[in-house]
Amino acid sequence: MTAVLLNRRYLLAAGGSVLATGAAGLLLPARAEGLAPTETMSGGANNYRKGAPIVDRIGKGGFWMSGTVRRAGDGAPLAGQRIQIWAHTTEGQEQEPQSHGATLTDKNGAFRLEMPQIIPIFGQPHGHLAYDSGEFKTVFLRPVMRSAKDTSLEAHFVLQPA
Amino acid sequence: MAAICVPIAAAAASPLLAWRGPVYILAGFAGMIALGLVLVQPLLIGGYLPGLSAYRGRRAHHWIGGALVVALVVHVGGLWITSPPDMIDALSFSSPTPFSPWGVTAMWAIFAVAILAALRRRLGLRARTWRVVHMPLAVVIVAGSVVHCMLVEGTMETVSKAALCALVLGATIKVMADLRVWRKRPTSRGESIVRQ
Repeated sequence: MTAVLLNRRYLLAAGGSVLATGAAGLLLPARAEGLAPTETMSGGANNYRKGAPIVDRIGKGGFWMSGTVRRAGDGAPLAGQRIQIWAHTTEGQEQEPQSHGATLTDKNGAFRLEMPQIIPIFGQPHGHLAYDSGEFKTVFLRPVMRSAKDTSLEAHFVLQPA
Repeated sequence: MAAICVPIAAAAASPLLAWRGPVYILAGFAGMIALGLVLVQPLLIGGYLPGLSAYRGRRAHHWIGGALVVALVVHVGGLWITSPPDMIDALSFSSPTPFSPWGVTAMWAIFAVAILAALRRRLGLRARTWRVVHMPLAVVIVAGSVVHCMLVEGTMETVSKAALCALVLGATIKVMADLRVWRKRPTSRGESIVRQ
């Protein structure tokens, strides 16, 4: 499974790295610039509770959070990475323990966790995800749903060694 | 009054309320009431509300200004209790939500007007000086509040929210045009400000 991620942030990042590669390439033709690491999003770590348990499903489910985890540079999928997920849902507020859960990426670096329906909080329907396991640099994401009626949301990680 | 009550009633019917705590709900409604009061202010000062003399309208404008500060403190305080990190982001202008800086800017403008209004006599501010200070801040308050409100996706119903925001904008533009606030002219209190 290959997830193609096309959003403005990614295109800007990719465009930037193409420019950087182009300029550097004139001087250092042998050097390969690769996939840029994902930056932590502002507000991403809000209401984070360290060490959410790995679960089959958060609460009663009905909403799907999914994404991929890859390595910066070569973009290789990272298997077995623990991704923590939390949000304000129909079953609890962001800071409450039952709103938090974690899952592991499969061999393709993909993860998918069922959770209760996310509803707008603080003016935007959004979720929170964290990679905070130590091997790579910690990243917090805060994706926003296009519509509060959406029943799924995606977030993608490109990690760099800690 | 329907302009203020209808959007608040529509928000009271929002299904989102079922998943919110009482403090968060209170904070949300305090924000809506604050926006309603922002509509009342130009109506009072323009004398558009029937049955109020210019003097009483101005007195009411002062009291409503105080009520606006209270509503705002409840709004921000309630949101702070609900999620401190999100509020810290908003107040420090580092929030990912595009509406936050608009609301926070309007909040500071409201506080500035309230403090200056309270100290106006002590500072000896003349009517013209006051106007020069208050009018730009009023523009910031109205623009900030309206954009803040329109960008928030919350319990308010879209159409009634947009209507209230349009009325706030309309009332502000009308009173500023009617009173020609940008002109140097004698004020309603009869103070002469033509010295230049």
